[in-house]
Amino acid sequence: MAYAAGVDVGSTQTKAVIIDETGRIVGRSLMDTGANVTRAAENAFQEALRNGDLLEEQVGFIVGTGYGRYKVTFGNTQVTEISCHGRGAVHMFPGTRTVVDMGGQDTKAIRVSETGEILDFCMNDKCAAGTGRFLGAASAALDIPLDELGPTALRGQRAVKISTTCTVFAESEVLSWLGKGKKIEDILLGVHQSIGTRSAGLLRRVGVEEEVTFTGGVARNVAMIETLNERLGVPVNVSDESHFMGALGAALFALDHILVSRAPASSVERVP
Amino acid sequence: MIYTAGIDVGSTYTKAVILDEKNEIVGRVMEPTGFKLTEVAEHAYEKSAQEAGLSTDDVSYVIATGFGRHQAQISDVHVTDLTAAARGASFLFPNTQTILDVGGQTMKATRLSDDAKVRSFRLNDKCAAGTGAFLEKTARYMGYETNEIGPLVETSKTPVPISGVCAVFAESEVINHLSEGMDPADIMHGAVVSLVDRSLQLMKRVRMEPEFTLIGGILRFRRMVDVIREKLDSDVNVPPGDLVQYTSAFGAALLGQRRLKKLATSGTAEYQPTGG
Repeated sequence: MAYAAGVDVGSTQTKAVIIDETGRIVGRSLMDTGANVTRAAENAFQEALRNGDLLEEQVGFIVGTGYGRYKVTFGNTQVTEISCHGRGAVHMFPGTRTVVDMGGQDTKAIRVSETGEILDFCMNDKCAAGTGRFLGAASAALDIPLDELGPTALRGQRAVKISTTCTVFAESEVLSWLGKGKKIEDILLGVHQSIGTRSAGLLRRVGVEEEVTFTGGVARNVAMIETLNERLGVPVNVSDESHFMGALGAALFALDHILVSRAPASSVERVP
Repeated sequence: MIYTAGIDVGSTYTKAVILDEKNEIVGRVMEPTGFKLTEVAEHAYEKSAQEAGLSTDDVSYVIATGFGRHQAQISDVHVTDLTAAARGASFLFPNTQTILDVGGQTMKATRLSDDAKVRSFRLNDKCAAGTGAFLEKTARYMGYETNEIGPLVETSKTPVPISGVCAVFAESEVINHLSEGMDPADIMHGAVVSLVDRSLQLMKRVRMEPEFTLIGGILRFRRMVDVIREKLDSDVNVPPGDLVQYTSAFGAALLGQRRLKKLATSGTAEYQPTGG
């Protein structure tokens, strides 16, 4: 049995996934990217090996993805995170036609074909508004851990309207609402709605076609899932592996390479 | 002696100035604005009167300005920060045609008419990359405090290019530069250059003409002034010392003196509060 690995070096966190020949995840890891991107990639891969109880020699092909993919120096090739999220999402939810990927510094809307090919995409490349960082700012301002933001926001009854666009200014706005006596859960509900509105706008630019799959680190946030369901009017697919979708997609591309190298030349269909 | 006060409740700092009838500053105070705008305005006002050896009862007229002017309940009237800045800048530099005001969370470009009134203006308060917060964030990512920006950037000779598109995205950029062994001073210098580029765009949109007067807390960094002068290829006026931060408060107090003189000559005891 050969194994394939995907390493997704994101702006905030680095994810590694190892799959077997059937596409099943057998090892995974997650860590902060930090300043030394190459080392983060290396550590994440080693951690995934340990997690899957595997040796480096058993992994036949490694694909790097994410903004730091060229720093995955031990990788065999690189694939953009757009392709990887599309591929991972369709693998996990075969009915996926639209992917919304919300990460630490960017939000992407991707439209995919039945086979997971990218038809269109759109992302915020000029401004961090409407990304995970907006939640990070709220978390810092209110001194609430990221993991508790969603559950807290769900207790909100009357969302506070957040007027700032810029993530940097959001921090002071959140504090000023707190100073005006607003409840933390209502402020947080407003923060989620503000991100939800911006992401829905991004999604409409590529066209929202069902099913919609929500990937990236923010997909673990229950309030964000609720907000997206409401803003899009359709329920989004979320899996426990949402955070690893980019790395999974990369591992699937890596598996293609392994299978193609074994197959007779005539049956080669796709290599990214 | 007749005294007036100008209180500028800015996005980051609140400034209060007490002016005598010879237009001399006799008291000035600056404190962080925080979130209690009414209180900070009152406190800065009282402290500035104290510094002048006065009580607030000795002050005849109070004008508030800045983004928090509506919360300054101690004022007789309030005027927009553009009006106050225009008055302050053209008093100090009578040939001022264009004002650039860079604050902690705003950036404003104003074009004046021949009678020193606001003719047109453009402002950015939506995106931190076009305000002082950009420098503050860049410094923070490298572990420096705001008051260290000035001394740090002075030591740089060559700026490292920093994209001024987003203050959040700048973080990864800064961290990458640091991990490649770039000098923090050069990175800071790059952030200054990119902020200046944003300010030039704003000034172009008001059809800038010399003379240029630069005000606001961020212009206390001399490197900021140097880069602007270089890019404009023109001389620029900068109020001396910390007056660069007090220009709008000073302008508001000047408007107060003018108002009182008008009232005295027209002989009416009652004044009509106006302003924006």
